[in-house]
Amino acid sequence: MEALKINGVSKRFGRTQILDDISLTIQPQTIYALLGENGAGKSTLLNIINDRNFPSKGEVVLGDHEVHNHYPSLQRLYLMSDSNMYGKRTSVSGMFQLADEGYGHFDYELAHRLTKAFGVNEHARLSNLSTGLTTAAKITCALCVNADFIFLDEPMLGLDANHRNRFYRELMKTYEQRPRTFVISSHIINEIQSLVEHVFVLHDHHLIADEDVENLLNRAYTISGPADAVDQYTQAMKVLDQQTVGKIKTAYVIEKLDDQQPIPDDVTVTHMNLQQAYLALTNGEDEINE
Amino acid sequence: MNFHFDQSGPLYQQIADQLEEMIFTGIYREGEQVPSTTQLSQELHINPATVLKGMNQLVNRQLLEKRRGLGMFVAAGAQEKIMETRKEDFYHDYVQSLVAEARKLNINEAHLMNLIKRGYQNGSTED
Repeated sequence: MEALKINGVSKRFGRTQILDDISLTIQPQTIYALLGENGAGKSTLLNIINDRNFPSKGEVVLGDHEVHNHYPSLQRLYLMSDSNMYGKRTSVSGMFQLADEGYGHFDYELAHRLTKAFGVNEHARLSNLSTGLTTAAKITCALCVNADFIFLDEPMLGLDANHRNRFYRELMKTYEQRPRTFVISSHIINEIQSLVEHVFVLHDHHLIADEDVENLLNRAYTISGPADAVDQYTQAMKVLDQQTVGKIKTAYVIEKLDDQQPIPDDVTVTHMNLQQAYLALTNGEDEINE
Repeated sequence: MNFHFDQSGPLYQQIADQLEEMIFTGIYREGEQVPSTTQLSQELHINPATVLKGMNQLVNRQLLEKRRGLGMFVAAGAQEKIMETRKEDFYHDYVQSLVAEARKLNINEAHLMNLIKRGYQNGSTED
């Protein structure tokens, strides 16, 4: 199956640069995280990929075809987002029907099971549901729609812990039964860390990371201990972020450690989780720009 | 005992280590079926590719065996194999750190030996 390629996409609104020369490849049957602070351009990028917004420069290509206005390609992409593209009177089941008409073979059986589990009334109008239930209805639709590349913009918005857990479980289940690509944009990084294989980080309108989570975390370290010992040990490293509490310092680095350089006894080296790595990456980028 | 993950190393490695521990302690006996990739992936919210990578480590070490259409089972002799590996790693994993900590506490060799003897005595009265 073909990959989805984003080639040199930039977006300007008047004088404001929203995306600056973004190139990345989205493989079939893979789960991705798209991370970035508010305003980094995540939603704009997802909208451009799905042809709901247009780039000032660059293109989105699926296989041999530019996605823009190409119906057969667009039928393979689905975007679930916060923005309301449904009419005021559209019900939950109406949303499912639209997905069925647009993409065919909608999985109603799974949809009924999920709405029941989430406590969503299928006859209710979307506009009358709470934030959490609206999200639950939309992720139900996204998990049941027949598309190869599914983009989830903030799919945990307003969901309580129970509903988030159910979502993760159902995502793993449907992904294993029918592998397809999911791109999850979220701020709840720690909860999606184990779900995703690969991560994209947008920062300041640029793509600053495009890497397998395992590879990234393998070389992402927190180094802590007495400040002078930590300073000495990290002397030749690029420290992306640091914290000092009293005499104890913690330095964050993302690079391969030199096996030849012994770790001092009073210095502790541990791996970061994805959230820490994300914070170190974005902070490190700010340091360069300052 | 349950699965518990931290940042000590790659997730697939932690899955392999913890399954190994479960086999070693007899939670899953030889010939018994272990949870499927599907089950672990759904229950633990882990990408199935990661779970599979962890399980395949144990398959490669011949601790687990795939039975076509049935699932993964604990291989015959798995417990014994784990025992052998752990014996080899015992010096590095435990003795070295024990001695290092003893040095920090100014516990000399004779004293440490006495403590170890005490540990054995307490251990035997507890049995």
